[in-house]
Order: sequence, then structure tokens, then C-alpha cells
Amino acid sequence: MRDPVLEIRGLRVDYGLGDAAVHAVRDVDLTLHRGEVLGLAGESGSGKSTLAYGLTRLLPPPGVISGGEVVYHPVDGPPVDVLSLSPARLRAFRWADTSIVFQGAMNSLNPVHRISTQLLDVIKAHEPRSAAAARLARARDLLRLVGISADRLESYPHQLSGGMRQRVMIAMALALEPQVVIMDEPTTALDVVMQRQILGQLAELRQRLGFAVLFITHDLSLLVEFSDRIAIMYGGRIVEEAPAADLYRRALHPYTDGLLHSFPALRGARRELTGIPGSPPDLRAMPTGCAFHPRCPRAFTPCDTDVPPLGRPADAPGRDVACWLHPVAEPVPR
Amino acid sequence: MRFLLQRVAFYLFTAWAAITLNFFIPRMVPGDPVQSLISRNQGRISADAIESLRVLFGLDKNQNVWEQYVDYWNQLLHGDLGLSFTFFPAPVSTVIGDSLPWTVGLVGITTIISFFLGTALGVGAGWRRGSWVDGLLPATTFLSSIPYFWLGLVAIALFAGPGSFFPSSGGYEPGLVPAFDQYFIPSAIQHSILPAATILVSSMSGWILSMRNMMVTVSSEDYITVAHAKGLSERRVALSYAARNALLPNVSGFALSLGFIVGGTLLVEIVFSYPGLGYQLFQAVGAKDYPLMQGIFLIITISVLVANLLADVAYLLLDPRTRKS
Amino acid sequence: MTISPSSIEQVIPGQGAMAQPSAAPGRAKRRRFRFVANAKAATGLVILAFYCLFAVIGPWVAPYSPDARSGDVLQPPSTTHWFGTTHLGQDIFSQILVGARSVMVVGLIAGVLATILSILIGVTAGYIGGAADEGLSALSNVFLVIPALPLIIIVTSIVERASDTLVALIIGFTSWAWGARVLRAQTLSLRRRDYVEAARATGERTWRIILFEILPNLTAIIASGFVGTVIFAVMSEITLAFIGISSISSWNWGTILFWAQGQQALAQGAWWWFVPAGLAIALLGTALALINFGIDEFVSPRLRSAGKNRIPTADGRTVRMRVGFTPVLAPSRPVPAPREEVAP
Repeated sequence: MRDPVLEIRGLRVDYGLGDAAVHAVRDVDLTLHRGEVLGLAGESGSGKSTLAYGLTRLLPPPGVISGGEVVYHPVDGPPVDVLSLSPARLRAFRWADTSIVFQGAMNSLNPVHRISTQLLDVIKAHEPRSAAAARLARARDLLRLVGISADRLESYPHQLSGGMRQRVMIAMALALEPQVVIMDEPTTALDVVMQRQILGQLAELRQRLGFAVLFITHDLSLLVEFSDRIAIMYGGRIVEEAPAADLYRRALHPYTDGLLHSFPALRGARRELTGIPGSPPDLRAMPTGCAFHPRCPRAFTPCDTDVPPLGRPADAPGRDVACWLHPVAEPVPR
Repeated sequence: MRFLLQRVAFYLFTAWAAITLNFFIPRMVPGDPVQSLISRNQGRISADAIESLRVLFGLDKNQNVWEQYVDYWNQLLHGDLGLSFTFFPAPVSTVIGDSLPWTVGLVGITTIISFFLGTALGVGAGWRRGSWVDGLLPATTFLSSIPYFWLGLVAIALFAGPGSFFPSSGGYEPGLVPAFDQYFIPSAIQHSILPAATILVSSMSGWILSMRNMMVTVSSEDYITVAHAKGLSERRVALSYAARNALLPNVSGFALSLGFIVGGTLLVEIVFSYPGLGYQLFQAVGAKDYPLMQGIFLIITISVLVANLLADVAYLLLDPRTRKS
Repeated sequence: MTISPSSIEQVIPGQGAMAQPSAAPGRAKRRRFRFVANAKAATGLVILAFYCLFAVIGPWVAPYSPDARSGDVLQPPSTTHWFGTTHLGQDIFSQILVGARSVMVVGLIAGVLATILSILIGVTAGYIGGAADEGLSALSNVFLVIPALPLIIIVTSIVERASDTLVALIIGFTSWAWGARVLRAQTLSLRRRDYVEAARATGERTWRIILFEILPNLTAIIASGFVGTVIFAVMSEITLAFIGISSISSWNWGTILFWAQGQQALAQGAWWWFVPAGLAIALLGTALALINFGIDEFVSPRLRSAGKNRIPTADGRTVRMRVGFTPVLAPSRPVPAPREEVAP
């Protein structure tokens, strides 16, 4: 197995404090390896975006991180716990090591500044001693990298199309050559053609630059195509994690199975489209036991009382699942 | 450019509306105010001046309203606003010309300072919620609820009076001749400090509050999260990203509320007997000097329109989205 | 004497900042109740209730007639004259009590009139759109830009001895523009909502849509506009009385200040003559402003002053809620080895 670049251990994220707190992310363990694409899928409200914002500590109030750790492994040097960094250290860590491409490219760019200003200020903030001419040259290269001509540097965000803006955001995310790029629904707001184009470009850039991607989306079909491994989130927990091909071939968790049956297969045998009955759980009133049991077609005795742990099931070695249908043989190593 | 042209067209329209309003208001005056003036000043009033006043009040019964309106415009375009009753026989334009610089100096400058100072404090209050500036809000609310003129009265009672540095009335030391010299300028500044402070104290809180609220609103925009994620310094995120965007609605709010502000601040002049338009308006009202009242209203309105246009230009420079190439 | 620009206009939806009044009636009721629970709004409402009470009973409970002269000329506050006396020996406390009614009545009439006008003009412009919208918008912008107070002063001065009602009407007719502008913008965005589109598609009558689909969602803005106009109306009325334009025979707080100013109360050191009236105005203004803050915060909850800004963690540290740096509550084990520098 390749070495890890980002390890999330027992991360808990709440909205609010004390008894009023809503637990949006519950004891999540997730490891991102160097250079891989890890897909994170789930319905809206499953906590996948909260996880991404939580691990970078960008969650706005009343979000709080109530436990766990996020360990980053730099290329050289000892690992760092992101959650215990001082604000100054955190600022230095951000973007240089972990950058983010956000959901709405429309609103990710500051409307009153030129693209150049916004590309250059991040380089300047992290490399204050670099020469202005060198920074500008880098900004031009970055735009070309994502297929935008360098004279667009002097444009304002409103002068660019949605697809171009998102590409500018990707260029910006790569500006400091980070090890990890978190992508939160990066293509949701775009039309399908643009979506394919950008994702293709992204795959190519990753080959070339070797960064790891945490790709968050509600669209499992995208992940099957573009990611190495896939983690499925439900009710604030990871319920299944497996290599993309394995997961597509055989889903262990009934929820994953339901997600896979919510979109038509691109190739291979035709499947019946069924979807998942019911709606995602209310985070304020989570069901007891397995959060999925009220919607689960195969729920049985322990499901409504006991939370299944995430681990290697005996019947499917090499993958993780949290479901009583596949009792855990060995827990996930911590 | 198109944006600016639209605004200019709107202000011209507003100016026309104000002038037309000004044409109709004196027609509501009961009786014949000109006749009493003539009888009071038997023989000292020229036929031209009487004619001009008759046009102003629409006393020529042989004309229909449209003819009166054309005459009125004609007179206005020649800069003739009629004669002032109080400062008889001085024409209204002269009286206004004398007092306008005082108002522009006091109200204009103080309003701008108030906007900038209040906005700056609002940035602080909105960015660091729960800091000392946030704690200041209830106090500033109370201060802004006090009528300007009353605050002026209190300021005079507390700080001005015989032997005090602050004079309680006037725009300059009596006996000085208005000129840009080393005697007059310091005296004018000394006389303006107290009224300026009065306006500042009570008008600033609106800007603090609206800027604070805009900062809070803008702080949850995506680009602010991106700015944080980029690891930019707190200062840069707060100023170049949050405040820079929050400023836009505040500037348009400034333009829109100029009419309210100027109306209120003019009253401070009354309390301090400051020789500006507000004080003249007060005197005109007391003496039923309708031509002067109308002239002052017209000039205040046009000044506000010009100020509005300047605020629009500022907005144009601040928001690239309105600058269509 | 400004109407402080309400933040409501700046958080109009579509700009993504405004929490919409909930569509579900049950939740809406709960939220309405929460508005009263807002400390600022509650304080403002309580103070306002006292003012209303005095407006009703003031003239009956006043110890003296406000016009009654006495031998106690220019007396400072005492047990017989709580707020002192004027140059004619009139009781200032009684004048304040009696004057409350005029102030509140003018504020109410002008507020109601301006609110009705702003609804008629703003909602019509926003809902109908097209040329009617252009015209009505231009009209409200003109009224917004023209300085209202000088206009009110001039119009009132032309009328001999304007009564309270007339003053209220003049103020009401000149101060509806701000509300109309805000309502137009909000109506415009409501009109594009699905449920309004649906109602129109099913052939619902226009007046029914406006009355049952649009207006209920404008309640907060209408209320805020009303309160704003009342502040402006009260200030304008007092100003008119202070500079001696409106009838000085009826009492309001501006009249008291008019006499105080005219009789050189300041020069004579009679601070009690003008301080109570000023404080009464300021307190009323503050109460109304607080109610408006409450409405603003109710509409856009994010505006609330951050109550719990510092939170204690399990290991006794204190962390601050702040945008961009999510607080970490749990004590994190010093993971691997203590770090020297973050890799660039």
C-alpha cells in the first residue's frame, strides 16, 4: 500500500454546543494516500461537505470540531496534526499543502478583484520573498495549465463563463503545488459537457503533478469513473469504503447498493433503477442503531439497536463496511 | 458608461420634478404676499423686481398655468430666484450665494467624515463580532436617536459660553471680514468644531450599524471562505475581501440617504446660528420669506443631486461589474 | 434625524443572504414568537408601551394644566414641580405628559399613511413590472432623493397654524419612498418564487395572490418600514414645532424646546427646561430603533451580536468562535513528535 498523505482519525464535527449540538460528522476514519483520488459520496446532509470543511477548519460558526485528529504527512519531515496548529501555522499550512476547490465557482472568486490579483495574492502570501515578475509568470503558466489564455489574467470574474471560473479556481488550487486538493462538488454547477472536459483535464493534471484528490460529490457515477477508491457516507459516518471497481461490481452496504441503483450503468449489464425509498435522516433526531435501518430493505434484529462498526468483513477481504449483514472480522486498524 | 448616463438622466428628471414642485408650492400661499411687500416698501421697489415676484407667485391672472410655467423657467434659467423679503432688496441668489459655502463646508465635510469614520468602525464591529465596537452599538443607537438640534443645545450648554474656547454662535468672529487669511480661517474653524462634532456624534451610528451588518452578511460568502482557505493574512481577508465588498451597498446607501441626512444636519446650523442655508431657511420661515425658502429648497435639492452623482461615480469606480466595456 | 439605512434592503434574497420567512405555518408561528423573545425587540416594545400609555392617560394624570401659569417662575426640579417650571411658571412635567399624545398621534398617522402608500406603490411596481414599474420606481426614487425635511418645512410654513393631523399628513405623503423601494425589490424576488408562479398558472386572481401569497411574506419589511417612518415622523414633527412652524398653541416636546430656546433657557442655566424633552425624544427613538434591530435580526439571524463568542474546552482552554478558524474543542493528543516548522 502507498504511504498516506492525510489521515483522519475519529473526527467529530458538531453544529452548536453542549446538549443543543447536532453531530454532523461522527467518528470518521479516512485515509488519503499519496497521489490517489479518493471519492467521498453521499446524499446531501450526509456530512460529506462538513467533513471537508471540518478537516481544514473552515467551518463557519456554529460549527465546532469536538474531537479527533487530522494528520498531514509532508513529503519530507514529520507528520503534523492540522487540528492543533496555531492560527499562524494553520495559515501557512493552508493552500501550500492542502488546497480546496469549492462548490460554486460563481461565488468563489472575489467579484471586485481581477483574476491576477486573486492568483498573485495567494502566491505572495506564502512566498513573500519571491520576485513579482516570477509570480506573474507563474500565474500565466497556471492559467495555461487549465487551458485559459494568459491574457484573461486581467479579467474580472463576471467577465468569465462558469466553466472558465471553475478552471481558474483549479489553477488557483494548484498554484502552490499542494500534496492534497480537496474538491467539493467541483462540477455540480456546470453542464455535462463542461463537467467531462474539466474532469478529464483534472485527471491529466494529476498524472503530471502527482497530487492526491479528495473528491466529494453526491454523484456516485462520476466517482466510479474518476476515482481510485470510494468512501460512502451516511448520517455522518463512513458506511463503506472500497476500491472503485470493487464497489461498483459488488456493493456490500445496502445503502451503497441503493446509490448504485439510482443511476444507469454506463457500460456492462443493464441494471434495474430503483433508487432509495425515504429521505436522509434528520441530524437532530438520528435513528438508534444503524442510521440507515428505517430505509433499509434488509434490516433485521440488531440494526435498530446497535451501531455497526466499520471494519473488514469476513466475507469480503480488502474492503471496509459498517453493516450487520457483513459482520466485521477485524476492526479497521487505527 | 451606460450606468452613469442613466443616473445623470435620472438626476435631471429629479431636478425637473423638484423645480416643478417649487413652481406649484407658492401657488398655495394664501392671499397676495407681494402686494403687502409693495405697500411696505412704497416706491423703493423696482418694476422689474415686482414683475419677477409676480411670476414666482403666479399672480398674473391673465396667464394660464402653462404660460406661467414657461415664464418661471425662463426666469430661473436667467438665475433670477426673486427678491428676498427679509434681506430686502437683496436678490435670493445673492443670499444663497453667501450662505452656500458655509453649508458645504460644515455639512458636506462632516457628512463625509461621518461616513468614513462610521464605515471604518463598522468594519471592525462586523469582523470581530463581540468586540468592544460591538458593545458600543447600543450607545450609538441612543446618540443617533437624539435630534441633532437638541444635541447642539446640550453641546452649547456644556462646552460653549463666555470664556470658553468654543463660541456658541456664528460662523466666525464678529468684526472679521470673510477672506482666506490667517485671521479668518482659524476663526471659522474654531466656530465649526462644535457644530461639526454634534453632527458627527449623531450621524455616525447609522454607518457603523449598516457597515457592521454588511460585514456580517459578506463574511459568509464563499469567496471569504476561499480567502481563508488560501491562508491569506487576517488583515487581507478582512479588508481586501470582506470590507471591500461590504462597502458597495454602503456607498449606495449613502447616496440614497443623503437627502435625509442633509435635511437633519441643516438644523444644527439653526442652533449654532451658523450662517449657512439651514439658518437662512429658519429665518426665511420665521419671516414668511417665500422666495428665499423656495430658493433654498431648490439649491439644497440640487446640491444633494450633485452629491448623489458623485457617490454614483464612486460606486462605479468601486464595482467592476457596473463598468461594462 | 436620519432614518438609519435598514440592513433589510441589503439582505434581500437573491443575493443569498436572507433567511426566508418560513412557508410552513407552524414554523412561522414559532418564529413570530421568537421575535418577541429577542431581547432588543422586547426592550423596545416595553418602552414603546409606556409611551403609548402616557399618550392615552397623559393629559388626565398631568398634575397641572400645561398652560397654567404660577408664581414659581423658572424653578429647578422640586417635589412640587418634578421637572421644574418655565419663565411663566408652567409645570414642565405636565407639558411633557400632555405633549406625549401629540407626538404619538402624529407618528402613528404619518407611519400608517406612509406604510399604506409604500405598500401600494412598492408592491404594485414590483408585481406588475414593465412600464408601470419604471414609472413608480422613478417616482419613489425622486421622493427619496429630494430632501424631505426642507420640503416638509416649506409646505407646512405655507399653511397657517398647521394642526397635528395636517402635519402628520404632510409627513406621511413625503416619507413613503424608502419603504416602497425596499418592498418593490422584495416583491420582485417573491414574484419569481415557485408558489407564486404556480398560483398565477392556476389562474388565481392577482389581488388574491398579492393578499395571500405576497403580503404575508413582506410582514417583517413592512413592519420595519413602519417603525422607520414613525421615527422620522416624530423627529420631523418635533423639529417643525421647535423652529416654530406648526401650531405652538398645542403642546408637544418640540413646542417645549421652542419656548426654551426662545426664552434663552440655556443662557439662564435652566437646563431642566430642555433636558427632559430631549431625553423623552431620544428614548422614544431608541425604543423604535431597537424594535427595528429586532426585526432585522429576526429576518437575518446572522446579524445577532455573537452571544457565546468564547467557549471553554474540555481541558480548560478558551477558544473563540471565528470565521475561517473552526474551534477545536477536544484536547488533541500531541500527535507524533512535537513539530518545529510546517513544511512549506
